[in-house]
Amino acid sequence: MSKRVVIDPITRIEGHLRIEVEVDENNVINKAWSSSTLWRGIEVILKGRTPMDVGLIVQRICGVCTYSHYRCGTEAVENALGIQIPLNAKYLRSLMLTSLFMHDHIVHFYHLHGLDWVDVVSALSADPAKAAQIALKYTDKPIAAGEGELRAVQERVKGFVETGKLGPFANAYWGNGTYKFTPEQNLIALSHYLKALEVQRVAAEMLAIFGGKSPHPQSLVVGGVTSVRDMLSPARLQEWKQKHEIVTDFILRAYQADIVMAAEAFGTEPSVLGGVNVKNFMATNDFVLANGEYLFDQGVIMNGDLAGVSDINPDLIAEDVSHAWYNADAPQHPYDGTTIPNYTGFVERDTVYGKLPTLDGDGKYSWVKSPRYQGEPVEVGPLSCLLVSYARGNKVVVDAVNALLARTGLPVEALFTTLGRTAARMLQTVIVAQEGLKTFDALLTNIQSDETTYVKPHIDPSKEYVGHAMMEAPRGMLSHWIRIKNGVIENYQAVVPTTWNAGPVDANGKIGPYEASLIGLKLEDPTKPLEVIRIIHSFDPCMACSVHVMDFKGQALSEFRVSPNGQ
Amino acid sequence: MDTHAALYEQGKARLDALRQFAPRQQQTLLEKLQQHGISRRDFMKWSAMVTGMLALPLPFSNLVAEAAELADRVPLIWLHMAECTGCSESLVRADTPNLDSLIFDHISLEYHETLMAAAGWQAEENLEHALETYKGRYLLAVEGAIPTANNGSFLTVGCKGHTGLEIVKHAAEGAAAIISVGTCAAFGGVQAAYPNPTGAKGVHEVVSKPVINLGGCPPSEKNIVGTLMYFIMFGKLPALDMFNRPKWAYGARVHDNCERRGRFDAGEFVEEFGDHGAKEGYCLYKVGCKGPYTYNNCPTERFNHHTSWPVLAGHGCMGCSEPNFWDDMADFEKPLGRQLLHGLDATADTVGAVILGATVVGIGAHAVASIFAKPLEE
Repeated sequence: MSKRVVIDPITRIEGHLRIEVEVDENNVINKAWSSSTLWRGIEVILKGRTPMDVGLIVQRICGVCTYSHYRCGTEAVENALGIQIPLNAKYLRSLMLTSLFMHDHIVHFYHLHGLDWVDVVSALSADPAKAAQIALKYTDKPIAAGEGELRAVQERVKGFVETGKLGPFANAYWGNGTYKFTPEQNLIALSHYLKALEVQRVAAEMLAIFGGKSPHPQSLVVGGVTSVRDMLSPARLQEWKQKHEIVTDFILRAYQADIVMAAEAFGTEPSVLGGVNVKNFMATNDFVLANGEYLFDQGVIMNGDLAGVSDINPDLIAEDVSHAWYNADAPQHPYDGTTIPNYTGFVERDTVYGKLPTLDGDGKYSWVKSPRYQGEPVEVGPLSCLLVSYARGNKVVVDAVNALLARTGLPVEALFTTLGRTAARMLQTVIVAQEGLKTFDALLTNIQSDETTYVKPHIDPSKEYVGHAMMEAPRGMLSHWIRIKNGVIENYQAVVPTTWNAGPVDANGKIGPYEASLIGLKLEDPTKPLEVIRIIHSFDPCMACSVHVMDFKGQALSEFRVSPNGQ
Repeated sequence: MDTHAALYEQGKARLDALRQFAPRQQQTLLEKLQQHGISRRDFMKWSAMVTGMLALPLPFSNLVAEAAELADRVPLIWLHMAECTGCSESLVRADTPNLDSLIFDHISLEYHETLMAAAGWQAEENLEHALETYKGRYLLAVEGAIPTANNGSFLTVGCKGHTGLEIVKHAAEGAAAIISVGTCAAFGGVQAAYPNPTGAKGVHEVVSKPVINLGGCPPSEKNIVGTLMYFIMFGKLPALDMFNRPKWAYGARVHDNCERRGRFDAGEFVEEFGDHGAKEGYCLYKVGCKGPYTYNNCPTERFNHHTSWPVLAGHGCMGCSEPNFWDDMADFEKPLGRQLLHGLDATADTVGAVILGATVVGIGAHAVASIFAKPLEE
């Protein structure tokens, strides 16, 4: 007798995500459905506006990876118009991306993902003196893990629990058997959870130095970057470097140490040793170093074959909407897609919580489309980024990955797990933080002889332009595609990391990374599905980003209408 | 001054009433501050600063301090609608442990999807429990616009599949006050830009209660925390402008307090990004700055621990705290010139116009608008 479990809202993510699974009599998942329950229609809104405003509008797709769409949209327009931006602008954009990754990944691991690994209640029974000793096991210079500090953290949280008023910690899955840290380890991680709240603010300030503010920086324009005064100010540059040091310090002495600790504690926990069931990975090259080289490589890996990495061919990307709330006849390439909403609603059925409206798995059930590469689902994200660079023999990445495997005693196969996905995000953060200084130094050298930050773009209204940009965002490969006609946006499309990962099943019955990652997972208690949340969080969902994909080729806006019952 | 005396009495009575409720935090605020190395003196300084920010006379700073200490008697429910989470992020990225963030931490946060540990069924239980237990007492903050087309089906939240529209209406019923955090919740924001395919609206358009609008994409943490403090202190809304924004924060034009205002008056303009003027910090009006039409305190408060704000980073203001700015203020890198804004005539400001010569300036735009500001809500 199979049972349906509904999880909505998935909290501690960006946006609105609903996951449903079906478990058998042993509580093992045999089917899963991933659904985004919000559509905003930003792509529709872009049509007819000036390409110069693209960046600022698409930035509002997401306030978490706030800078990614801003840069990608701006660069798609530059690509269409054939603009080569000055070297300083490239460096500044790269430094802003470095700042973003350092911020985003710390917030993700501690504040969004952390409570899936850390049992707050268990930390209350820890011995702070013992915990301080244990912290030394994972790094010789722990941060925020001295005995006194750990005792203070414990007392703070005790206060919460004793009053029975847990506020944001209320009604969670504390005590679940798949929490594997000892009370002392939980206390260390909890202390870092609080410390990370402080550190991430410093990382956000790094982005604001060249960006004006964070979230939603405002210093990129088609043709370059506007923060020339900040770039030319030695005090400003020093400020960035100082903040970079503070954040890097935390990444090395807390984030890295906590992942090593998690690898040890969770190394035999079955619920985190699966979760990578789509064995196809894609990433693009990003982070400009000196001499025009990139920190990470681009490529596609199919069927987990690290020996057979190939170049990305953008023509092989298509999107399927057979199970998404849109109408289209066949999979479409980003330049030629359509987006005609067709909402069909829920189906009432029995669940572990009684009768509820549930997803119609046989019909349409999500606002996310299903992108495919050569007809196959693909996972994108920090894990894909590292695997592609590893497969390419990228020395920085190979060394970092091998060092972590040696440190934890795990085999290379361990990368292909939920735990591996979480560890890859940390490694990517370490690499980006450390190598970011090379970009910084390259900028310092270049401004000695060159102060250019901008080239003026020109649009000929009588011409038609087509262009796209690809970049590595914190959640994986991002691409924006634009067509310009009569000097305004004719159509626009963003193919977003979370879309690749979270899309529904396609017309051929192939399921995407989110849904595949849950198949075969055993739940301790189907009414408290912590294991599902942990796996889904390991992808770092960003739902507002994922819901769009469009293009209005040959479609007048007057034809744009929504039918409530799909007729 | 009688009105101030009456307001002071009102605040005192309100705080006495709050004190009757059980505290929802284990630690008092002062203990918490001590733990972070913040002295009582610093706290009193902060209270005086907030008093000034809220445009109240100095004696009120005692009330501000008291209200901060009683913040844990006020349950806060935070809903996410059609949004990008940027407003939550703005709050989370506030100053390193400073009073604003600690006080936010002190408020009793009952529901916030980005930060809460619970998920799914259990998260929804928390919301229902809070709406019931604190009926008539809780503060409701909303982030994001409300999609209304198609009966609101462009957004559903929770296992029961309720639409965002249903959830907001239901939550508004028992709220003591409603705050729209950010331009999306206040005015519809980016999803409401033409042609607004989802029928996105601001919260005040779908509920039948007064709503405080905090414009901004995102608003600064100062404006969010200041608004919370005012409510805790007086249990009512502050003086609002014609768009229901608190006058203390949105009472002045960005242009009037801009660090580059002197350049404008002297007729020194950036003609092209990255030119000599850009390196010297000239006025950004000609490359699209919308500061003259925008009401907010960005120039004085800045963002991210006072690190920067768009004009400092060499890009003009885009008008993000104004209604319909995505349509009214575009193109963002071209000067607006003379046109209707919010249905008001944009009249030229003689100071700059003379020097600008050929460039027509539409400045002083809706300076007239502030004349229509509403009196204090009773």
